[in-house]
Amino acid sequence: MNIIKSLVLAGLLAVAPSIAVSQGALAQEAAAPAAATVDSATEADANATEEAVAAPARMKPTEGIGMPRPAEFGLQEQFSPTGRQARWIHDALLLPIITVISLFVLALMLWIMVRYRRAANPVPSKTSHNTLIEIIWTVVPILILVVIAVPSIGLIAEQYKPAPKDALTVKVTGYQWYWGYEYPDQGISEYVSNILPPEKALENGEPNLLAVDNRLVLPAGRPVKLIITAADVIHSFAVPSLWFKMDAVPGRLNEKTVTIEKPGVYYGQCSELCGVKHGFMPIAIEALPPAEFDQWVLSQGGELAGEQAEAPAEAAAETADAAPAANAKI
Amino acid sequence: MTTIAADAHAHDHHDADHKPAFFARWFMSTNHKDIGTLYLIFAIIAGVIGGFISGLMRIELAEPGIQYLQTWAQIMDGPDATLDQAYHLWNVLITAHGLIMVFFMVMPAIIGGFGNWFVPIMIGAPDMAFPRMNNISFWLLIPAFMLLLGSTFVPGGLGNGAGTGWTVYAPLSTSGSPGPAVDMAILSLHIAGASSILGAINFITTIFNMRAPGMTLHKMPLFVWSVLVTAFLLLLALPVLAAAITMLLTDRNFGTVFYDGLRGGDPELYQHLFWFFGHPEVYIMILPGFGIVSQIVSTFSRKPVFGYLGMAYAMVAIGVVGFIVWAHHMFTTGMSVNVKMYFTAATMVIAVPTGVKIFSWIATMWGGSLSFKTPMVWALGFIFMFTVGGVTGVVLANGGVDDVLHDTYYVVAHFHYVLSLGAVFALFAGFYYWFPKMTGRMYSELLGQLHFWIFFIGVNVLFFPMHFVGLSGMPRRYPDYPEAFAYWNSIASQGYNILIIGVAIWFVNIFWSLFAGKKAEGNPWGEGATTLEWTLSSPPPYHQFETLPVIEDAHH
Repeated sequence: MNIIKSLVLAGLLAVAPSIAVSQGALAQEAAAPAAATVDSATEADANATEEAVAAPARMKPTEGIGMPRPAEFGLQEQFSPTGRQARWIHDALLLPIITVISLFVLALMLWIMVRYRRAANPVPSKTSHNTLIEIIWTVVPILILVVIAVPSIGLIAEQYKPAPKDALTVKVTGYQWYWGYEYPDQGISEYVSNILPPEKALENGEPNLLAVDNRLVLPAGRPVKLIITAADVIHSFAVPSLWFKMDAVPGRLNEKTVTIEKPGVYYGQCSELCGVKHGFMPIAIEALPPAEFDQWVLSQGGELAGEQAEAPAEAAAETADAAPAANAKI
Repeated sequence: MTTIAADAHAHDHHDADHKPAFFARWFMSTNHKDIGTLYLIFAIIAGVIGGFISGLMRIELAEPGIQYLQTWAQIMDGPDATLDQAYHLWNVLITAHGLIMVFFMVMPAIIGGFGNWFVPIMIGAPDMAFPRMNNISFWLLIPAFMLLLGSTFVPGGLGNGAGTGWTVYAPLSTSGSPGPAVDMAILSLHIAGASSILGAINFITTIFNMRAPGMTLHKMPLFVWSVLVTAFLLLLALPVLAAAITMLLTDRNFGTVFYDGLRGGDPELYQHLFWFFGHPEVYIMILPGFGIVSQIVSTFSRKPVFGYLGMAYAMVAIGVVGFIVWAHHMFTTGMSVNVKMYFTAATMVIAVPTGVKIFSWIATMWGGSLSFKTPMVWALGFIFMFTVGGVTGVVLANGGVDDVLHDTYYVVAHFHYVLSLGAVFALFAGFYYWFPKMTGRMYSELLGQLHFWIFFIGVNVLFFPMHFVGLSGMPRRYPDYPEAFAYWNSIASQGYNILIIGVAIWFVNIFWSLFAGKKAEGNPWGEGATTLEWTLSSPPPYHQFETLPVIEDAHH
């Protein structure tokens, strides 16, 4: 439904913006003659495509990029600066430290089990205190934790850096059980993103349970500010290859910034139990080169930054019914 | 109180072993050992149910796609069960598994069972301070468990049962789950919580007031210390849970909006309250295990515990710090940067006292004369597996790193390493350690060792691959997953098949030992076993210490 709606709006906007506004408003007032509107809209849409830009072709995902790999041992390859930083902390710092500690404990235990087995050491010592060693095994872990804490706290500071003023803003809304995406500054009203059935995913060459019909389209190489909320219960918007996870909480607007370094398709899954189809509301981000992203925005009837004078008002009017929870102006 | 009890028994012809008839003994019991036994039997039954549910989950997750859920949903919800009802059943399974294992298996076994049995004996007391309250503590668990099990047969949304996860997050548990199932589950938690609070009061009073002459706090066995700290955690944490879930109930039924973000409430409030209880709860489950392992390591090394005071106060420190780290369960809820940094740093601090405990156990064995009887191999397994679970906790403590691991199988692997390989290993260690004392029969050493090795391999095959799928991003609480996660999931499911053989051997061992086991001496473990329970016969007389023991200065 929402797709048709946005197409309608797109077509009308392209043909005669001033009329579109009043018609859009009318459509809001009286939803009854919807069928008629759709009819005329398809014509309008057909006209529009001649003048307006066609959407870029749907991007094919690269096997093993932006998605889990079969039988993989570790983290997914990262495509955001904070993601690479965080992965480095895990792979180069945390993982070696915890492996060494575990092996150290194991080695001590094995040594003790051999050296101090009853046959080898029939008479036990009576030592039960040694202040020096107790101080050592308190202080050394503290030092290790400090070594971990410094880059870890730095990472958090980096992740919380506010988005620059020119960052693209996208509003993400979690529903039971799909996602809605809206571009308030471009005037692209909310469209919804549903899981693709297995045969369709296969046909597209996309991984089953991760593929969606309408992806979240974002520009690569440019900061994007996601405003995340939910309309019913708590969901969580998560994309492992971008080191991104933020809960979508009804009544709250959570904000998180991400810069996607390379064009591509990046998959994720809802990560907070949200009811029966919790496992079936995946996320797919299509990151486009800036020029193609602009083309996509235009194809959706949106306006590029700088020429968006009237757009936000329309977008607000158009989506007023979609998500009352999110009406708090961003 | 003790003098009154002693008087009463003077009329009983000084018969410390006089037992009431069957019904009075087991249904109206005020005897801490009998109540402990009831708790253990209850925990075993609950554990079998909870373990069976994990078997259902592992068989469904063995390969991608939905294979069995729909059939099970038809059994539960009638022949025309939809796919949605099948998915709902999945959520009911994960919820029931979590709640049963936490509230009806680990807690009753480790605190109710071993705590009741051995805390009074270890401090030289004849019984618990409030024997009748002890009785009601146990019997409250029965209706609580019935309510939880019963909730799976009444509507809870799109299907029968509560499908909210054991965390019962609002608003999924309020507006998201119509029907009486969630109300029943909440009521079940209320009653189980009341049971635990009464138990905690009983333990604190007993330990503070009923220690035998000479048994100062700093001479108490570490198991008693661990139960004391645990009892305080219970007493402080459970009322907060009760408040949180009471507000859930009123939000559900009486139109309040505590957790309704759209009408002035806040869903995050529930999470803060829940985890203010929930984080201490994980220490409630593991601290008594620390105590058990300390006793066993010392016994089978024939050495006193190394750094006794450090060990005791490390547990106190873990208990205190455990109350100020709760929001690391909420790193992705959208907290401010300073809050996230604080909870990252505070959480890491817990690694220090935990490290002290690991190293002190190792130092206790260092220079000892080790024998590898079944309880000892379980304790050794505990120390290593708990270390592995502990270090992944340090990884998760980093708020920035947690962004990718939160709510994935990495978390599932982490908490099963500290609980299923930590708390449960401690439970089995304690079970074998005290089985001769409780029953008067020796268990089969061969079957015990076999149980350990099969179970040890099984749980590692089951849970270690979860680290890998977690790192590569598989979210928790999913009935189905993309093809890429199939490999490690199929291995994990094989692990369950191995583990279950170990459990079967354990049951064989129990029944074989009860009927045909060798008679146990008062102290089957030799000179290393220095705590008071080993000075009594096996099993101990129905009423022990009618004349209080006097603890000498040298005793530890």
